[in-house]
Amino acid sequence: MATWLDSARSYLEERLKFSALTELGRKKKVPQHKHSFWYYFGGLCLFLFIIQALTGLLLLLYYVPSVDAAHESIRFIMSQVKFGWLIRSVHSWTANILIGAIFIHMFSAFFLKAYRPPRELTWVSGFFLLLVFLAFGFSGYLLPWNELSFFATRVGTDIAGTVPFVGKALKAFILGGPEVSGATLTRFFWFHVAILPAAALVIIGLHILLVQILGMSKPIGIGETEEISFYPHFVLKDAQVWLLVLAAVGILCVFFPWGIGQKADSFAPTPVGIKPEWYFTFMFTTLKLVPAHLFSVEGEVLAILVFILGGLLSMLVPFIDRRASREQKSSVISVIGFIILVYIIVMTALTYLPLKW
Amino acid sequence: MNRRKFINVFLGGSLFGTIASFLYPVIRYLIPPRQAEALAKRVAAAKVGELAPNSAKLFKFGSAPALLINTAEGDLRAFSAICTHLTCTVRYESDTGTLLCPCHNGRFDLAGNVISGPPPRPLDAFEVEVSGDEIFVFKKA
Repeated sequence: MATWLDSARSYLEERLKFSALTELGRKKKVPQHKHSFWYYFGGLCLFLFIIQALTGLLLLLYYVPSVDAAHESIRFIMSQVKFGWLIRSVHSWTANILIGAIFIHMFSAFFLKAYRPPRELTWVSGFFLLLVFLAFGFSGYLLPWNELSFFATRVGTDIAGTVPFVGKALKAFILGGPEVSGATLTRFFWFHVAILPAAALVIIGLHILLVQILGMSKPIGIGETEEISFYPHFVLKDAQVWLLVLAAVGILCVFFPWGIGQKADSFAPTPVGIKPEWYFTFMFTTLKLVPAHLFSVEGEVLAILVFILGGLLSMLVPFIDRRASREQKSSVISVIGFIILVYIIVMTALTYLPLKW
Repeated sequence: MNRRKFINVFLGGSLFGTIASFLYPVIRYLIPPRQAEALAKRVAAAKVGELAPNSAKLFKFGSAPALLINTAEGDLRAFSAICTHLTCTVRYESDTGTLLCPCHNGRFDLAGNVISGPPPRPLDAFEVEVSGDEIFVFKKA
């Protein structure tokens, strides 16, 4: 056995020279300090994305993107295809966990000021990845063509329609017409399986390349630290986290398989308790709470403008936080980030509390 | 067995088990599930008088195409329209009074027998029955 493995290894080594790669991994160092735990979320995001891609490819085998057949095809996958329930549940659960992991990765990079020079572009590419994955979530939510996703898409695209100047055109482009219809389903499918994966691959490639070139950032004030080699030590630790998360996903899928819901009927009244996926709920609840008019502007429009502005500022934070770029602590930026984080958590929690608005 | 070897076997076995547990559901998923075929026992193929002599009509028999022929002599005959060679759909040729599979020029007579070309066996023939103003087709017992 061992001889056979050794000869296979030396055969591949002669042809692929993979020892050069492992040598590079051994030379590359990862700093170890009290905050290094947060480094694992980047790798976890990549791992979950790979699961998304693989399960998504499998779902394409049976999913039919048409108004008449989409819901039925999901029902077919869940009830007739062997392990279809598992593949789809893994896809849906990991999609949600991935967005959560991206948020944690982003906020940990934010609070540890990992965006300091020369890593500004790593942060900006990460911000675009967040947008891409939110778009993945939004477009994927409609594909089962059920009541909840249908009306959530109606609300979501209506919000896009209130963006000043370009709103109407943007809404029509997203929907492929004046309202949520078969054209919308086709468009969302196109985004979900063609445009967004291509965009994700390019930006993830860039993001990882930048991390490889620049190495991992150390928080301000942490000088010389212990270091471990990227390969095999960090990779093995990463793999441990991946396995743990995979086990958790397996448990979730077995005990809480993802639902199918009722088939969407555009002429049926909107069901009670309609809400988008959890990662959009902080915006959704804000729009519920905001008064009809604020400073003689429509409250909804104002709230959306604030969200757009907030997104823009968070993308530009490496260029705004001048103190951090001089390796000085910048508490003001951290406090603002903390308030935003608390706001997101509170608004998300409020969505799920049985309160009467 | 020393400790290192035990660990290697244990981890290698775990890795193998993990990979197998991932691959098994995927392979089962890739195999299309069996679906109940639309089995037809008796089908109303046409109305009486719908087919002129020396003409034919394709109709659905379950999930497969079938052919109802009114011969020049006025006999009603029905066959599976699936060629026994490579499953193309056969057509009736009124000028020769034969059935032709255009894919590889297989030709059948009006009893379903192979006249020429590569088909290995005759077409499956069905029973025809006229009841009221309907022409029914069903499988031979």
